[in-house]
Amino acid sequence: MKASNSQWKDHLVGKIEPGLASEIDAFDSEIALKKQGKMEDKVFAETRLRRGAYGQRYDNGQRHDGLESRRLAYANPNTKGPTTLWDAPGMQRIKIPFGGLNATQLEVMAELAEEYSDGIAHVTTRQDVQLHFIHIEDTPTIMRRLAAVGITTREACGNTVRNVTSCPLSGVCRDQAFDVTPYAKATAYFLLGHPDTQDFGRKFKVAFSGCGDNPCALVRIHDLGCVAKIKDGKRGFEVYVGGGLGTVPYVAKLYTEFLPQEELLPLAQAMSRVFARLGEKKNRNTARMKFLVVKLGLEEFKRLVEEERKILTPDPRWTSFLDGIENQQETPLRDPGLLQIENAQPEDFRAWRETNVYPQRQAGYATVTVALPLGDLTADQLRALADIARKYVNETIRTTVEQNIVLRWVSEIDLPSVYSELKAVGLHLAGAGTITDTVACPGTDTCKLGISSSRGLAGELRMHMAENGAAGNDAIRNLRIKVSGCFNSCGQHHIADLGFYGVSRNKGGFAAPHFQVVLGGQWTENAGSYGLAIGAVPSKRVPEAADRILARYTKERTEGESFQAFIRRIGKAECKKMLEDLMVMPLHSEDTSLYSDWHDPREYTTGDMGIGECAGEVVSPLEFQMTASEREVFEAQLAFEAGDLPKASKLAYDSMARAATAMLVWNKSFYINSPDGVVEAFRKEFHDTQLFFDPFAGGKFAHYYFHAHELLGQERTAESAHRLIEEAQLFIEACHSCVGRMTAVPVKG
Amino acid sequence: MEQVNVKIFAEPDTQISLEDAIPVFHRWIQKRDLPELLIDVTDYSHVIAGPGVLLIGHEANYSLDNGRNELGVLYNRKAKVEGDSLKQAYEAALNAAQRLEQEQEFQGKLKFRHDEVEVTLNDRMLHPNTEEGWAAVRGEIEAFLDGLFEAGRYSVQRPTDPRERLWVRARRTN
Ligand code: HEM
Ligand code: SF4
Repeated sequence: MKASNSQWKDHLVGKIEPGLASEIDAFDSEIALKKQGKMEDKVFAETRLRRGAYGQRYDNGQRHDGLESRRLAYANPNTKGPTTLWDAPGMQRIKIPFGGLNATQLEVMAELAEEYSDGIAHVTTRQDVQLHFIHIEDTPTIMRRLAAVGITTREACGNTVRNVTSCPLSGVCRDQAFDVTPYAKATAYFLLGHPDTQDFGRKFKVAFSGCGDNPCALVRIHDLGCVAKIKDGKRGFEVYVGGGLGTVPYVAKLYTEFLPQEELLPLAQAMSRVFARLGEKKNRNTARMKFLVVKLGLEEFKRLVEEERKILTPDPRWTSFLDGIENQQETPLRDPGLLQIENAQPEDFRAWRETNVYPQRQAGYATVTVALPLGDLTADQLRALADIARKYVNETIRTTVEQNIVLRWVSEIDLPSVYSELKAVGLHLAGAGTITDTVACPGTDTCKLGISSSRGLAGELRMHMAENGAAGNDAIRNLRIKVSGCFNSCGQHHIADLGFYGVSRNKGGFAAPHFQVVLGGQWTENAGSYGLAIGAVPSKRVPEAADRILARYTKERTEGESFQAFIRRIGKAECKKMLEDLMVMPLHSEDTSLYSDWHDPREYTTGDMGIGECAGEVVSPLEFQMTASEREVFEAQLAFEAGDLPKASKLAYDSMARAATAMLVWNKSFYINSPDGVVEAFRKEFHDTQLFFDPFAGGKFAHYYFHAHELLGQERTAESAHRLIEEAQLFIEACHSCVGRMTAVPVKG
Repeated sequence: MEQVNVKIFAEPDTQISLEDAIPVFHRWIQKRDLPELLIDVTDYSHVIAGPGVLLIGHEANYSLDNGRNELGVLYNRKAKVEGDSLKQAYEAALNAAQRLEQEQEFQGKLKFRHDEVEVTLNDRMLHPNTEEGWAAVRGEIEAFLDGLFEAGRYSVQRPTDPRERLWVRARRTN
C-alpha cells in the first residue's frame, strides 16, 4: 500500500469529472468503513467488484507450495469479501469501451503498471486492460489517476453491464455497413450507472459489429449483440440476444432483423429492465440472460421487452448522440501513401506486413496490429507505443478481443518506419490473427477458479507452432487457438478452431492437470457456432495432440474444406481415436512429469482453487443504497470533526434523501430526482400509510427527514449540525427496521 | 526514501533461460527463509525486454528482470522500511543475487557484476522524476554510492525521458 495515496487525492482535485470523483471518494469511505468493521463482507465485495477490483488466486490465504498447503501469514486479519484477505493481492480490471485508447491513457497505464502492479499491462479477451497483484488500498488512487485521463473502472466486474465491445476495425473496415464506434460508445455510457442496470442477477455483455461475417466483435456470444445494417438507406442493427459462453455455451438468437438506430438505446434499456425483473437471482448458474431467453422463449421475451419499451419515459439521450453521427470519423495525421518497392524490404518486414497490416477502406491507409504475447506488454512498451501513436497517427489506438492492440490510420508509406520503431521495443511480432497468436484467460496464474495453466499452455503452443513451421503451412496458418483455464471459458475456447479448457484427472490418488480438447468452433460469422469436445489430454501432451490433429487436417482435407467442415466430416469418434493413447496417464510412480503444469513445477493440486467472484454477490439495490447512505453519514461525521459544518449538514441530509429514495424504488419502483419530490412521495407512501411507523416511536423518525428538508440550505450551528447527523443515523436505522417489518414472514398461531 | 527498487546486473552475454528462475523461486517459497512473506511466482519470460520472472511477496517482489534487455536481479520494495531503505533494498538484492548464483539451474552460468547498480524510486508522487525530485534524494543516494564505489570513482546516469520514474544508475569508473 502506498503512502502517497492521500497526496494523489489532493493532487487530482478538480482534474476528474465530478461524478466520477465522488464515485471514487465514496469507495474511499467504504474502504475506511470496512477497515473499521462497519461494512459487511458481502456488500464490500460487490462494491469493489462493481469498480473492477477483483479477487486473485490465493487471496483466501491458502496456497499449496508444491510440498504442502500452507497458510499465507498476513498479519492483518481484515477481509475484503467473504474469505478474502485484505492484504492479499488482487486484480484491477480497467474498462475500455470498444477498446478505444489514446496515447496519454497508455502512458498512465504504464505508470500504474510500474507503481502498483508487476510492470505489465494485460489486454483481455473483452478489450479491457488488467493489472495484477494490486493492493486494495491502492485501488482508489489507481481509479483517480485513470479518471483524470477519462477512464472509469466502474462496472468492470460484478453483476453489471460489462465492457461494451466492438470490432477494432470499425470505421476503417472494408466490409462494414457503417462505423459502429459511436453507437458502442453511446450504449456504454448510457447504460453505465443507469438505474435500470443496477439490479441484475448476473453480468450483461453487449457487443457491436460492423458486418455480419467477420469475427472481430463476436456478437453471437453476447447477451445483446448488434450488427450494423442499412435498410432503405437508413441505419440500424440486426440484433441478437441471449448468447454467451461459460459452461453451457449458447449462440445468440436473432431478435430482430432490423432495429432502427433511434431504437437502440431504448431497446437496451427495456431489455435491462426485463433482465433485472425476471432474471434468476438465486441460482448463479442459470442467471445469465441466455437462460431467461430460453426459459421464456424468444417470443415471450420479445413481447415483454416490447411492453416495457412502451412504458419507458422518453430520454433525450436516446437520440442526442445521433446528431451528425454519419459524419463522425477519425482523422489521419499523415497523408495517404502507397508502399511499393516491396522486394527491397527486408524479409522480416514483409512477413510482418503480410499478417499484421490491414489495408483500410480509405486508400493509402492501413491498420497495424501490434501482436502481444498472451496480451501482455510492459510499461516501456506502452510509452513507446504512445510515442508511435502520436508520431504516425492521431492516437487512434484500440485493443482487440484477440488480446492485441491496433494502430489505425497508418499511412502506408510509413509502414517500414512504424515497423522498425515497434521492433526497437520488441513489439514487432508477426503472425497476428494466425495460429501462433494464441489467446488465453488468466487461468491458474491469477484466477481463483483456474484448474490448469491456460497461459502456460498458450505460451507453449505459441512457441511450438512457431518452431514447427505452422506459420508457413497455408492449410493451418490462419487457424485460431484459444485456451481457458476452466470450463467458464473466459479464454473463449468454444469459438476457436483448436480450443482447450482446463480440467483435472486423478490416477492412483494423484491429480494431474489436463485440457479438454474442443475442436472446430467457429470464429467467423461473428462466432456463429461452437466446437466439439473430444476428450481430456494431459497438459504436457497437448502440443503433441495439436500436432496430430493439424497434420491430419493438412493431409486429408479436401479442396477448400475448412477446418470446421473437416472436423464435422471425420466426427468426434475419429478425433478421439487420434488422441486416445495420449489420454492414458502413466502412474505417478512411473513418470511424475505429467503431474505438474506448464511453467509451474509444483506438484499439481486443485486444492488452491477458491471461490470465484465472477458472479459477484447478489446485493439488492436497496442494500447498496442503504450502505451508501450509511457511508454518507459517516462522511458527515468526518466533515463535522474537521469543522466543515455546511458539508457535514449537506451529507447528513443527502444520506436521508438517499435512503428515502432507495425505499421508494424498492417498494414502488419510483425514480424521482427532485428533493421535494422524494419527500412528498415518501410522506405519501410510507408516512401517511403508517408503514414507516415504529411500534414505539410512531412517525418520529420520518419527521427527522421532513424537518431536515424544511431547513435545507439554512446555515446550522455546530449543535444543530451534530443533531442532524444523529437524526440521519436514526432515520437510516428506521428505514432498515421498516424493511424488516415489511418483509417479515408472519408467525402462525 | 520510499518504494526503493535496486537492480544488480548480470555479466554481459550471460546465456541462461529466464524460465529457469521459475522452479528456483518456487523453492524459495517452500523454504521460507527470506524475510518477506512470499506469495507466488509469475512468469513474463515471453515478453521482450520485460520484467522476466517475478517472485511476488507481500512486502517486496524479487525478480530475475530483463528490463531494457539487461538481465539482472531486481528487488522491488513495496512496504515501508524502518531505517535506511536504500541499504535495505541493496542488501536484499545482493542476497538474492548471491542465492541465484548458487542455485543448481544457474551454477556456473549466471554471475552478477558488482561494479554497477540501478536505484529506482517507485513512486512518482513521493519521488518525481524532476530536478527537485532528484535534489531531494541526491544526498542520500550519493552517500550510499560513495560507500559502495568510493566517492568520485563512479559515473552516474539518470533518465532522459521525463515519463520514467526517478532512477539513478551508477557504474564504477575504474
Ligand atoms: C464462474 C465464474 C466465471 C465465469 C462464468 C466467467 C465467464 C467468462 C466469460 C464467458 C468470458 C469471456 C468471453 C466473453 O463473454 O466474451 C469471461 C471473460 C473474462 N474472465 Fe471470466 N468468468 C468467471 C470468472 C472469472 C474469474 C474468477 C476470472 C479471473 C480473475 C476471470 C477472468 C476473466 C477475464 C480476464 C476475462 C476477459 C475479459 C474481460 O475483460 O471482461 N473470470 N469470463
Ligand atoms: S476460464 Fe476459468 S480459469 Fe480462466 S479466467 Fe475464467 S474462471 Fe478463471
